[in-house]
Amino acid sequence: MNALLDVVDLTIRFSTPDGEVTAGDRIAFHIDAGQTVGLVGESGSGKSQAVLALMGLLAKNGRAEGSVRFQGKDLLTLSASDMNKIRGVDIAMIFQDPMTALNPYLTISRQMTEVLIEHQGADAASAKKKSVELLDLVGIPGAAGRIDLYPHEFSGGMRQRVMIAMALLCEPKLLIADEPTTALDVTVQAQILELLQSIREERDMAILLITHDLGVIAGLADRVLVMYGGRIVEEGPVGPVFLEPAHPYTKGLLRSSPRLDEIRGDHLATIPGQPPNLQALPKGCAFAPRCERRFEPCEGEAPSLEAFEPGRARACHLDGPP
Amino acid sequence: MSETPLLEVENLAVHFPIRSGGFLVTGPGRAWLRAVDGVSFSLQAGETLGIVGESGCGKSTLGRGVLRLIEPTAGRIAWLGEELGSLGNEALRAKRRDMQIIFQDPLASLNPRMTIGSIIAEPLITHEPGLTKAEVNQRVREVMDETGLLPTMINRYPHEFSGGQCQRVGIARAMILRPKLIVCDEPVSALDVSIQGQIINLLMQLQRDFGLALLFISHDLSVIRHISHRILVLYLGKVMEVAGRDSLYLAPRHPYTRALISAVPIPDPALEREKKRIVLEGDLPSPIDPPSGCVFRTRCAHATARCAESEPPLENVDAGHQVACHHWRELGGGPSS
Repeated sequence: MNALLDVVDLTIRFSTPDGEVTAGDRIAFHIDAGQTVGLVGESGSGKSQAVLALMGLLAKNGRAEGSVRFQGKDLLTLSASDMNKIRGVDIAMIFQDPMTALNPYLTISRQMTEVLIEHQGADAASAKKKSVELLDLVGIPGAAGRIDLYPHEFSGGMRQRVMIAMALLCEPKLLIADEPTTALDVTVQAQILELLQSIREERDMAILLITHDLGVIAGLADRVLVMYGGRIVEEGPVGPVFLEPAHPYTKGLLRSSPRLDEIRGDHLATIPGQPPNLQALPKGCAFAPRCERRFEPCEGEAPSLEAFEPGRARACHLDGPP
Repeated sequence: MSETPLLEVENLAVHFPIRSGGFLVTGPGRAWLRAVDGVSFSLQAGETLGIVGESGCGKSTLGRGVLRLIEPTAGRIAWLGEELGSLGNEALRAKRRDMQIIFQDPLASLNPRMTIGSIIAEPLITHEPGLTKAEVNQRVREVMDETGLLPTMINRYPHEFSGGQCQRVGIARAMILRPKLIVCDEPVSALDVSIQGQIINLLMQLQRDFGLALLFISHDLSVIRHISHRILVLYLGKVMEVAGRDSLYLAPRHPYTRALISAVPIPDPALEREKKRIVLEGDLPSPIDPPSGCVFRTRCAHATARCAESEPPLENVDAGHQVACHHWRELGGGPSS
């Protein structure tokens, strides 16, 4: 099968005054057209850097190796101007905080029409017409009247809708959503999730959904990638991974989240210890110091991500279930 | 209820004057932001009351108002039957050793220039100035041990700690005076999932060991369900529903509570996909100009003319379960009806 996005051995390094930091280590995954893939991980797991790397947006002291093939082209080798033709057109991105992603000095109209005028050579009138249509689509009431407002004149949920409308302007094949609902209230989050779901079905667009909220992944994603310490430790279809996690970290994560639909006794299961510092990763498996199934091999060598049944893979030295 | 509650709050209101164009308008034309508007509840010793609501519902202001860290506009707060509002600063200060608070951002709430040891010791030195250095040190080590901090960390600085450990320092600082109540203002919201559980377990352990009462403020319904005995749902500064945790989750009465519960994503793909979600229209109205009558009516699917005319009182559904909705009888019980 030809994947829309195929990431192979993506390694991300930063040179810092304290030495080299590896934020991503041989990350490999693929996204098929129209598929929604969830990427879960805690702070410092490297999930945001992985996404910035494939968009060519790493900070100046960062380097990415490996390959990121999008529709056959390796994004890592593209020139800045070729990358600009893909970014925002075929791949669009929405961020956690819409207020910092929107320019506060420009009206929504200006920020939206600019995209169409720059990328598609549209004229001002048709660009505005299309922008209003998209604001309508994402559920902004009275879009024609509100398009000339500034970002601060919208609420948080409405701003996230504006961001989504803006991302859809050039009809991208892949939408990268980095914690799109984390800053929103739960009732507004429900609105945005519902919106993403309907857009995905309507436009056959692939989504890479980055979040720490397992519930959001459960509702929206087809497949899930679990990251820890800069590596992917488990991947597979959402149903089986949630039902029978194969990596001790995934299992621990699922067990330690309090759930609305059940009472988990007085004592929550927890993962002991702290998430690892990417600057001082242990020699073997990054999760080993917190893992209750740790045995000798874990301290020696980091396990690689290997398929153990069709469509599912994990990076763990264990033979049996976690 | 025969016992005198630890804390009794009646019709508490906290209103903030609004500045327009940089000027504080006085007199009748003055606008007010009604952050908390007529909230009543009681809390028994050793009990956890969860306060849940979305941003801007007034839950943090309520927590601070109860401790008089923000002076309430109106209402009555009684501590073991004694009125707090009438106390002078000195007397209030003496009471404060029984009531502590922990905050959302664990790092921002610790002074970066003080060592962990001196941060934890500060309330003790303030309230018991007669203690010797050795006694203070002893007490600090004790409380560090209780909160899962290694005593060897005593001379380190906050920036050397992770978020979860900083929150433990905040809890140790609150616990050193052996308070009867801790107001927890979103204490786990800034933490990673794998760390959240550790802090929740710690708070529940301290409650069992010391008979602590907790006023647990959070927007996270899953966390609130796990930790609370009773739960109060706040919307635009007003109480929508109060109930024991199981009746609130299994048989919510208020349309807002139902929408809130149905909106929480559950980490189970099968359940999450077949679940019927109630999606509320629109956003929270401005607390400066709240809707007339029931404040929730602008987003409520069941609103009628009556809801705009008069404010629904908190009515008893059954023992310990109250709801403020004109239509709760017709709407019936149960989570899905």
